[in-house]
Amino acid sequence: MYAFEYRKAASTEDAESGFTAADDASFLAGGMTILPTLKQRLAQPSDLIDLSGIESLSGISVEGGTVTIGAMTCHADVAASADVQSAIPALAALANLIGDPQVRNRGTIGGSIANNDPAADYPGAVVGLNATVHTTKREIAADDFFIGLFETALDEGELITKVVFPVPEKAAYRKFPNPASRYAIVGAFVAKTSDGIRVAITGAGPTVFRVTEMEADLSESFSADAIKDIAIPQDDLNSDLHASAEYRAHLIGVMASRAVGDCS
Amino acid sequence: MEDMLEDTVLVNLRINGRLHELEIPAHKSLLDLLREDLNLTGTHMGCMTGHCGACTVSIDGRVAKSCITLAATLGRAKITTIEGLTQDDGTLSALQQAFWDNAGFQCGYCAPGMLLCTVELLETNPDPSDADIDTALAGNLCRCTGYQSIRRAVKAAITTTKEGAPQAAE
Repeated sequence: MYAFEYRKAASTEDAESGFTAADDASFLAGGMTILPTLKQRLAQPSDLIDLSGIESLSGISVEGGTVTIGAMTCHADVAASADVQSAIPALAALANLIGDPQVRNRGTIGGSIANNDPAADYPGAVVGLNATVHTTKREIAADDFFIGLFETALDEGELITKVVFPVPEKAAYRKFPNPASRYAIVGAFVAKTSDGIRVAITGAGPTVFRVTEMEADLSESFSADAIKDIAIPQDDLNSDLHASAEYRAHLIGVMASRAVGDCS
Repeated sequence: MEDMLEDTVLVNLRINGRLHELEIPAHKSLLDLLREDLNLTGTHMGCMTGHCGACTVSIDGRVAKSCITLAATLGRAKITTIEGLTQDDGTLSALQQAFWDNAGFQCGYCAPGMLLCTVELLETNPDPSDADIDTALAGNLCRCTGYQSIRRAVKAAITTTKEGAPQAAE
């Protein structure tokens, strides 16, 4: 690991001003991605700005038909939250499928979606549930947040404060995990919401995406049968040693059908 | 004026019950701090990138991979390492004894992580299923592939907890 300046931020303002003052800073949330990256010398930030001391960024609250999760809330807390389990059980279940216990104890929702790994789980829930990402500057709709491979709508130095999930009528997440890392080779998040059906796919492409054809057919008839004949184009899908694009395209149908089954 | 050569941070860590006031270089991992500065070499260095789990310790009662945790971020945390599981005279804990009796240690390299994750599992779930055990130990790799023995050892430890005395599984 290359040397860097370390600063523990006391508030979001402190974190932002520290970021602005540095040459090339990175925020440090749970560190489950950035620290391995630094150890492999794949990044060399001038400063690391530690967010773990900002209490206002952690916590879970459920009110008015929404579940609000602070950016620094770890996956294990989301998974174990009785409030999340009762309001959006699919979200708690998804959090419990991320990585392993050590990762769930330290990794955070804000860190996960800011990093936007193509195989991360949370982007599926954020888009599938049509959540809103709150930052120090603005509110960003899920559909506008995830731009591309490891790319989001966040500006330089913009900090996620919380994610607000509307409570759906029903929702389910199914993933085909990489057996070693538990990252999603393909994950399908299906939700029946007051604004209609949403199907979000993670792991398969450069970033999370919706399958509007499935959403339309499921709106007509909410059953696994309704989407069984939908062919997913392979052109933009990931292909690597874990799975070919063709296999991922197939898995999208399988995982989405199972998620629909779980919703029924 | 800050030292321009190395950014350091002051922390107060309670490690295995003993308080340490330490000035730590910002980039130092908890693993390196434990092994190099405090000579607590029971915590093992495996992959160094958070994949293998050999470096697992408990931070404020929750398992974490010490190789990808910066010591400087920990403030006033309470940390338990494998050294903290044995009694002062070296007597093994009931869980360690169950691993010993059931060949849960083969080469022993992954054992500290396996044990600390099992401690956390049994605290939250005193009667885990096989699937629960596998989930709890998912972040720990055993290069000897001794997973069956490890699972058997965890089950023996459950029996021990229930009946109050260490027992070897059949």
